[in-house]
Amino acid sequence: MTDFFETLTFYFSYPFVRYALLVGLLIALCSSLLGVTLVLKRFSFIGDGLSHVAFGALAISGVLGISNEMIVVLPITVVSAILLLMTGQNTKIKGDAAIALISVGALAIGYLLLSTFSSSANISGDVCSTLFGGTSILTLSSVDVWICIIMSILVIGAFLLLYNKIFSVTFDETFACATGTRASVYNLIIAVITAIIIVLAMNLVGSLLISALIICPALSAMRIFGSFRRVIISSAVISLVCAFTGIIIAVLTGAPVGPTIVAANIAVFVISCIVGKICGRKRLI
Amino acid sequence: MCTQLTCENVSLGYEGNVITKNLNFSINRGDYLCVVGENGSGKSTLIKTLLQLKSPISGKIKFGDGLLQREIGYLPQQTELQKDFPASAMEIVLSGCLSRCGMRPFYNRKEKIIAHNNMKKLGICNLKNKCYRNLSGGQQQRVLLARALCATQKMLLLDEPVTGLDPRASLEMYELVAKMGREDGITIIMVSHDISAAVKYASHILHLGQEQLFFGKKENYLKSDIYRAFMSPSGGYEND
Repeated sequence: MTDFFETLTFYFSYPFVRYALLVGLLIALCSSLLGVTLVLKRFSFIGDGLSHVAFGALAISGVLGISNEMIVVLPITVVSAILLLMTGQNTKIKGDAAIALISVGALAIGYLLLSTFSSSANISGDVCSTLFGGTSILTLSSVDVWICIIMSILVIGAFLLLYNKIFSVTFDETFACATGTRASVYNLIIAVITAIIIVLAMNLVGSLLISALIICPALSAMRIFGSFRRVIISSAVISLVCAFTGIIIAVLTGAPVGPTIVAANIAVFVISCIVGKICGRKRLI
Repeated sequence: MCTQLTCENVSLGYEGNVITKNLNFSINRGDYLCVVGENGSGKSTLIKTLLQLKSPISGKIKFGDGLLQREIGYLPQQTELQKDFPASAMEIVLSGCLSRCGMRPFYNRKEKIIAHNNMKKLGICNLKNKCYRNLSGGQQQRVLLARALCATQKMLLLDEPVTGLDPRASLEMYELVAKMGREDGITIIMVSHDISAAVKYASHILHLGQEQLFFGKKENYLKSDIYRAFMSPSGGYEND
């Protein structure tokens, strides 16, 4: 046991491990907050589609040789989020089909660009680490860390200030509109925040696994709790615990960070399902 | 008489396709108007138009007696999404106060009292911390009604309020709505399939078809041909 703590202390003497933990926890917190709304609004797939768009954008910035990918990836993802949301509202175009089209399209074009133009010797390794996270969380520069901290503060601040409005728009958009709340504005804000979180989370878990980070804590919390506030709080706690455990295990065992965090989330989800069944939803509020 | 809402030659529809036309009616404070008609006669379009979620194809809708558009309390039909929604009754009722907040991010004490009073009025104080998805259909409707009351004290717009309720809960719901109209002077507009309840509780009836088939006092409606045709088995209307 002392060995365990010694190894841990040893690793945490390196700044990049501390950065990884800090950024990981911030991303986990942000994604779990928004996750509840996205799941309840049936927007889970938008998150998935956007993460693929972010992958495509990353490929473009790689081909163009831009060192700080954030400059390219963030605007492209935000614009796609807004567009996806617009088509989602338009009943003439099937929202889910549009998302599927955009996500596979971005994935294919991203890989095509990388394999055609990339100068890297290990393309499949690069792609794999972009898709599944790999070690990018451990190689963050201090600029990346600062961008992540500022963005997280913005996301958390926006969520807290708009909490009641987000609740109203999530629960009943028609009623919110009818009583003078401009639901479309808040939907737009939700979409933009989602895009920001996805771009941030690509570093942590890779673009294929982002959805898990957004959806799992919310679903676990919803198994057990029955009030919006409790679901939000417990979802944040679950996500933080899973991210912390995942990163520690990954650092100690050398496993990839992203999949370890997602595995922890899935484990918690299974446990929540069982707890929810045993306690019965009726007695818990 | 204080006219709160007037429709003048209003036509309703989607993207140029007129569903119903020549709507001319007015609603005074304290009226209880029931909107009846077949499926597809534009009842739900009328609701969306009154709530200004969409605009009429032609004609004018005027608000009077100090009624603002956003002061119409709305009781929508339940959506699939809401049936599994993790929220406490109090959270939902409070969300009716949202438009009172303006830019303020959180509810203040006054709004919490309003929410509490409305729950008391509907006899659901004991459900305050209960999860919405675990409530019975009738209780859920009361929660949504309390939310609508938080948004307004002037006019309630109810869209098929007894859908999915058992006969007892339906009766309670009708009595509750009628009581609010009587005691608090709230104007009520109810869209309903249930014509027997409509003629029992309403003071006025609006019957929609391709155009406005009837508008007027209930007593006159009961004597009208359109009512007899609607109620006769050979009319074939009553099953919708």
